[in-house]
Amino acid sequence: MLNKLSLTEAIAGLRAKKFTSAELVQSCLDQIKKHNKKLNAFLTINENALDEAKKADISKPFGGIPIAVKDNFLTVGLLTTASSRVLEEYMPQYESTVTKKLKEAGAIILGKTNMDAWAHGSSTETSDFGLTLNPWNTGHLPGGSSGGSAAAVAADMCIAAIGSETAGSIRQPAAWCGITGFKPTYGRVSRYGVIAMASSTDSPGPLTKTVGDSALIAQIIAGHDPYDATSSPKSVPDFVSNLNAQRSTLKIGLAKEYLVGQSKSVVLEAAEKFKELGHKVSEISLLDPKYSISVYTIVQRSEVSSNLARYDGIRYGRDRSFFGDEAKRRIMLGTYALSSGYYDQYYTKAQKVRTLIIKDFEQAFKKFDLIIGPTSPGPALKVGASVNSPMFGELEDMLLEPSSIAGLTSISVPCGFVDGLPIGLQITGPQFTESLVLQAAHNYQQTTDWHVRKPQL
Amino acid sequence: MDVKHVAKLANLTLKPNEEEKFKKQFAETLKTIDVINELDTSDIAPTSQVTGLTNVTRLDKIDASRIIKIGDYFKVPAIFNAQ
Repeated sequence: MLNKLSLTEAIAGLRAKKFTSAELVQSCLDQIKKHNKKLNAFLTINENALDEAKKADISKPFGGIPIAVKDNFLTVGLLTTASSRVLEEYMPQYESTVTKKLKEAGAIILGKTNMDAWAHGSSTETSDFGLTLNPWNTGHLPGGSSGGSAAAVAADMCIAAIGSETAGSIRQPAAWCGITGFKPTYGRVSRYGVIAMASSTDSPGPLTKTVGDSALIAQIIAGHDPYDATSSPKSVPDFVSNLNAQRSTLKIGLAKEYLVGQSKSVVLEAAEKFKELGHKVSEISLLDPKYSISVYTIVQRSEVSSNLARYDGIRYGRDRSFFGDEAKRRIMLGTYALSSGYYDQYYTKAQKVRTLIIKDFEQAFKKFDLIIGPTSPGPALKVGASVNSPMFGELEDMLLEPSSIAGLTSISVPCGFVDGLPIGLQITGPQFTESLVLQAAHNYQQTTDWHVRKPQL
Repeated sequence: MDVKHVAKLANLTLKPNEEEKFKKQFAETLKTIDVINELDTSDIAPTSQVTGLTNVTRLDKIDASRIIKIGDYFKVPAIFNAQ
């Protein structure tokens, strides 16, 4: 059962020679073989994974560790489809910075995971290759867009996974699948080689079994990249050794407007836990998330319409008739928002309100170190919930969009259950405070056991 | 919204039933996002970059590590099948 190990445990076990990388990879492949047909978490398996494991150099930080990667990261030699028929047979010409760094650290890319097509959605139901199911209850959605990565981690098909989020696509599926999902500050991790969705908020990050594992991966993938002009030149702190650093009492704001739905009572218990841990927790009022839904919808659709213009059937894959409904809707709405006569009414207005949202957070962080709240209003919804709901993702991600629009760093950790389905707690900090966010989340996981519970497959 | 016109601008070809379907869905979405107008933004500058970066440029110089030089030429992948 090596596949059940956390990243931290797997690295320790390999170094202590308790098992080999080949055994570790084989146990993940066995688990995939057993459950992927039903869950549909992986789209492509790296057929060379076992060979790579046999040659693994375990002296490297991630030497011999099998990691799953969302299918919007370019991986040379492995199909990269973004779960769209347009790119069904697309073989990348170059490697994304994130996967390049993982490979250089010795990791083995186990395979590519399912997602909403082009990352447009929060359910994986817009994938052109079938939806992924939630390992906790296969009648429910895994969330998205990084739903395949989240399900793969929750079902122990891999040791850890990589995802990306534009507004919640790491944290929301992590919450719905009962795992840890970490969104670094915008620009902390390079977007180079990630199939672009909304370039002003796209943030790659890890989906893992523990906070410690997220810190380990963030350490490897973060940093300035000359190939991404918006990546930050700020130096990357030591996230891992900061995890256990002794800190004075934290001032934690509990976002009042976010306490909605079935997640509320579970998150209030988590807030109590932080008080028990010696931190100060008090309510804070933020701008109503409904404004973030509007800003995000306009900005994201606009950027999508520009980013997806390149798929003309000449340079990449198939022509535009292969776009699914969701992509077509987003491209068209964005085109409309940017078109002559409507630009100021929609795009400029949205970017002005975005400034208000950023200022709202700046005020909040004058009084508080961190802000907590539910990741999602409730647990995983039933299969079919997103169909015929063009604003599904926006409504499910309403509590995540404000922090994404402002480019903040945030994490979702499991904090309880409703009807046998996991609930996530999000912990958000100012830009470039990853260390603090990880530390508080780690602190929480040291004294709770929600994250070690596993679904019965 | 003139769905047909927007589809043309977006370089998309719609199927016969799609125009009506999308029109209805766009109306719903536009209604949801209209709440944005409740906020006064008259003295607010629009955001352009969230982490404060400005004018990121690089030297206008060829990165020699990224090309394979052959004499005065550099090598690129073949476009046509070489027989």
